[in-house]
Amino acid sequence: MTAPARPNDQTAPIGGRLVTPVTAVLGLLVGIMLVVLAVRFVRGIGAVTNLNDGYPWGLWIVWDVVIGSALGASGFTVAFITYIVNRGEYHPIVRPALLTALLGYAMAGASVVFDVGRPWNLWHVFTPGYAQTNSVLFEVAVCIAAYTMVLAIEFAPAFLQRFGMERARKLLGRSLFLVIAIGVLLPTMHQSSLGSMLLLFGTQVDPVYQTKALPLLFLSSTIGMGLAAVVVEGSISALALRRPLERDLLSRLMRVGAMVAAGFLVLRFADLAYRGVLPRVFESTTLSLMFWIETALFAASIVLVLGRSGSRPRRFFLAAMGMALAGILYRIDAYLVAYHTGAGWHYFPSLGEIAVTGGLIAFEILAFIIAIRLLPVMPALPAPHSSSES
Amino acid sequence: MLSRRTLLKGLAGGAGAVAVTSIAPPAEARTNHPMPEHAIGLLYDGTLCIGCRACISACKEANGMPAEQTELAGGNYWDAPLDISGKTLNVIKAYREGNATHKDKAIDGFAFTKVSCMHCNDPSCVSACPVSAMTKDPVTGIVHYDLDACIGCRYCVAACPFNIPRATYDTPSPKISKCQLCAHRLGEGRYAACAEVCPTGATLFGPVIDLKKEIERRRSLAPGTKTSFPRGKIGSGDSHIAPVGEYVPQTYGEKEIGGTQVLHLSGVPFELLDKPALPDESPAAASESLQHAIYNRLIAPIGFLGALALLAWRHMRPARQATPPEGEEP
Repeated sequence: MTAPARPNDQTAPIGGRLVTPVTAVLGLLVGIMLVVLAVRFVRGIGAVTNLNDGYPWGLWIVWDVVIGSALGASGFTVAFITYIVNRGEYHPIVRPALLTALLGYAMAGASVVFDVGRPWNLWHVFTPGYAQTNSVLFEVAVCIAAYTMVLAIEFAPAFLQRFGMERARKLLGRSLFLVIAIGVLLPTMHQSSLGSMLLLFGTQVDPVYQTKALPLLFLSSTIGMGLAAVVVEGSISALALRRPLERDLLSRLMRVGAMVAAGFLVLRFADLAYRGVLPRVFESTTLSLMFWIETALFAASIVLVLGRSGSRPRRFFLAAMGMALAGILYRIDAYLVAYHTGAGWHYFPSLGEIAVTGGLIAFEILAFIIAIRLLPVMPALPAPHSSSES
Repeated sequence: MLSRRTLLKGLAGGAGAVAVTSIAPPAEARTNHPMPEHAIGLLYDGTLCIGCRACISACKEANGMPAEQTELAGGNYWDAPLDISGKTLNVIKAYREGNATHKDKAIDGFAFTKVSCMHCNDPSCVSACPVSAMTKDPVTGIVHYDLDACIGCRYCVAACPFNIPRATYDTPSPKISKCQLCAHRLGEGRYAACAEVCPTGATLFGPVIDLKKEIERRRSLAPGTKTSFPRGKIGSGDSHIAPVGEYVPQTYGEKEIGGTQVLHLSGVPFELLDKPALPDESPAAASESLQHAIYNRLIAPIGFLGALALLAWRHMRPARQATPPEGEEP
């Protein structure tokens, strides 16, 4: 745990107590989730959710899978910026970003297991004879499963380093460039497909949201959300663990996020205008209100990091929160608010659904805290600070 | 240093692969799947329906579907379902307006309509299913459901524009249910129970080509003319004499999302019967065209991967040589 001369290139476990008031509360939330899930597996999905035949997909799919994996884009965006267009300058934030992504994707996978009605058949998705390759959901499922494994490999050096397996680590290091390339390719595929999934809903999705530009809109907003997740995670870690803030790197990441979000907005309005749907967003409906809230949040996040003052921590942190929220709302609106399958159907998540989603988020934070305490994830600090702070 | 130029270059490469294929006209755009030559289906003529609901109970019996307790005005009844569900594959619904005295009239009238699987030529549920649990028979065109394959993801439930496939939510071992045109009875020389039991021939079973000819015949006669209506299935020999209805011009299912094997005739406009207005292009064709354009023989993804791998290799190699071995990897 001692720090070398070049602290930015070194990582070390931060140590500290595992049982704290924070981790105890998180553990409690995970416990509540397990109780709800037990009821779900004994009495069926209807016993704990408000899902129905008009809204067969609810919080567990839209939040845990669609939004969870989009925030997990922290992994591929940072890997892309660090290794594809750069020479490792962003190293200090790579492992935390990969860890956030790994946990996000693992939870997305877990939530699929309890959302689908017949999870014992899930292996069919990966089995020739059953696999139906025209299904967008097939692409999403295979790609997310593959990418979760890639994330595990990308994060593996942290384990190998911790347990002193240097030969394996060097061997992995030599092929890591390929793993990282695959780890950028796969998310561009399934994050765009998460948008394409809505195409099959046809006229059931309002024309403001139903467009052939969906794959590109989802992909671009995902990049903004992933970078925002890195900035939020980096800022909160620094504050909570009383460590120096990677101010320069985070503010520059947020500027990249803002550029991509600007591209999202341009594409979105151009597409609405091209399809002649623009007047629809000026009608007074719930959906157009939601549209403008999303647009305002995206725009505000971009404006916040413009110019020199954009490197102030408060500014880029707010921008990141706004960007994440904008992307979250865009997904909720596209999948649920803009979706109408006929008269008489209503959906709002039940307490049980919220408890499970909350439990998953708690598990992610808990696992993150435990991982950075036990594994070399965070950048190593100069020696005096690396003693026990908790 | 992350220069703006390299970043833009990289982003352009990444977005480019998706952008080119999703905005440009897809190279392998597929059109709606055509109806199989020997497709079989149903003709439902709302003007012949008397709302007796015999088809609902016959369907339940033929398919072994459970009864459900339903609340109607005036008390609780068994098995008087108001809508299809995980327990009910077929219902007759009533339209009522004003004093509801004139049959098949929009004003001060009433009318009946049937809700059951339309057996689309290009079904969204089949395109949705990641595990081939929903399939379309290449000969009969019947859209089948295979419980043993199903993972219960409910993408079919969400995707169907007619809101037909339904799931069960009250059991740890749920299933999807939808009309399969009594395919299991075809081998026994029988056919769709709803058509078999229908006393007026309002629901008529047969090859879709023949059903379409029957629609043309009915439309060619002046409303009110007495004519012979076949009962059960086309060519059954069983028929009765009744006046021809005054049909709206639209045949529901003729063009909707590329056409369906269940066709509806009505005396009142279909939007009054809660039948969704749908475009001619099937969502399955739109969705699959886009997917095929992006993933056409995996050329775009593999090309993109090659570019990524090359850049990653170039950027990670010198860094590894320049620093001590343990100092440099993520």
